Amino acid sequence: MALDLYAEDIVSHYEHPHNAGVMKDADASFHNYNASCGDDITIYLKLDKDKITDIKFKGTGCAVSVASASMLTDFAKGKSLKDVEGMNVKTIIGIIGIDPGPARLKCATLSLRTLKEAVFLYEHKEADRETKAL
Amino acid sequence: MKQDNMHETFDVERIRSDFPILSTKMNGKPLVYLDNAATSQKPNQVIESISNYYRTYNANIHRGIYAIAVEATDAYVDSKVKLAKLVNAKGMEEIIYTRNTTEAINIVALGWGGANIKQGDHILITQMEHHSNLVPWMLLARRNGAVLDYVKLDESKSMLDMQSLEEQLENEPKIVAVTHVSNVLGTINDVKHITRKAHDHGAVVLVDGAQSAPHMQVDVQDIGCDFFTLSSHKMLGPTGIGALYGKFDILDKMDPVLSGGDMIKSVTFSDVTWNDLPWKFEAGTPDIAGGIGFGAAIDYLNGIGMKSIRDHEKKITKYALEKLSGIKHLKTYGLGKEDLERRGGVISFSIDKVHPHDVSQVFDSEGIAIRAGHHCAMPLVEEILGESAVSRISFYLYNKESEVDRAAQAVELVKKTFKVG
Repeated sequence: MALDLYAEDIVSHYEHPHNAGVMKDADASFHNYNASCGDDITIYLKLDKDKITDIKFKGTGCAVSVASASMLTDFAKGKSLKDVEGMNVKTIIGIIGIDPGPARLKCATLSLRTLKEAVFLYEHKEADRETKAL
Repeated sequence: MKQDNMHETFDVERIRSDFPILSTKMNGKPLVYLDNAATSQKPNQVIESISNYYRTYNANIHRGIYAIAVEATDAYVDSKVKLAKLVNAKGMEEIIYTRNTTEAINIVALGWGGANIKQGDHILITQMEHHSNLVPWMLLARRNGAVLDYVKLDESKSMLDMQSLEEQLENEPKIVAVTHVSNVLGTINDVKHITRKAHDHGAVVLVDGAQSAPHMQVDVQDIGCDFFTLSSHKMLGPTGIGALYGKFDILDKMDPVLSGGDMIKSVTFSDVTWNDLPWKFEAGTPDIAGGIGFGAAIDYLNGIGMKSIRDHEKKITKYALEKLSGIKHLKTYGLGKEDLERRGGVISFSIDKVHPHDVSQVFDSEGIAIRAGHHCAMPLVEEILGESAVSRISFYLYNKESEVDRAAQAVELVKKTFKVG
């Protein structure tokens, strides 16, 4: 994986992430940590029944993980909880527009895993195996 | 005499020609390998020694009566004799082959520690340790109800604080375990001094030599330590083999950790007598090919001379520190270029605003292998340096200044990509 990983939009999302910040009155949230990178993220959701009306994230990480979180949170706004449950690796690769390769896949999927875990926790469900493997 | 001679003719290009991987490409660019603290590359001599064993005299060692079994046994034992000489052990009886440094430390923690560490005892390590010289002691402390203490780093965040050592030794620790060279900071600790101080307080001393044995002359008798550990794969040898050096009398009193074949003298249905050292600690068929390959690696290192290797690394480290210190928005960790006597060829660094994994990725695209992360020293990187991760360049005998130049160019590319400065 060469420099196309740092396409202009990834770098600009990293520099100016969308939906960044803490949500104090969140209906659902989840914190996650990627020990091998030191990446750290919390995702907050505001819900209207099963629709995501607002979403924020707070965290630190590499360009790939921060830009993915930025783009994923844009994408998830307005989606239903069921939509989120159905998201997978392909979803995130589609959103960021490139396959980050095996060495960086975990950076790209951290935000998606966190979002899905937040939703499962809210629904009092155990996260499925696919989510845990993200 | 031979070494002095070699020193004058230290020929990096000739050395490089022995390492087939160094003429390959990564991502279409000539490979620049700067991740030697993680593992070293292997010369043809090592690769061929392993291949030759499997092709021409593959047999299990020890009890074989036939010629190739004897040949394999000799080659495996010879490797230990070579290693004993390299680190100046009294004999190969003091050299136990393990999978790696980690396993060697675990043998001490389980074997020696299991028998000697009691409720309320203190175990002393340092804030500079790799997880391999930290987690086994943490587990031992939990298991046996002991207290794990740490020698602090001084204000420079580069060296162990000798005042802190003195204070911690007042707790009369049973064992002191310390790294010889830090895999993050490159600092060379004065392990001879630390050993003497620890012995004054009655402690047993383990020195983790994973980052020193490949790069400098090591004399375990001069250091005076009771245990010394190292890994073959960081010193031109194959993976899967490392060593535990222990003083004969201590090893002799220790019970084995793993048991089974090869490590016994006699077994009845009710009792067992251990084999002689070092075999008492090597249960089952060992990594014979690994041992033979390690022997070839030691031959190679001796052919160049450990002093010459150290001198070469000092030069390239100085060059790199000078080059990097001139780059804006880049910060290096550890001692500076004026302290090369106390510093090995490991340089950790960070670039403002850019995550080390992104740095490493851009380097990769330029064909340059460096490591990024906490380098298996999370408490040091996070709690002392205050970073979630850092990037690391680490040198070996085959690295040259033009490779440092390419790394410096890659830093500029990182800065350009991430609009730093």
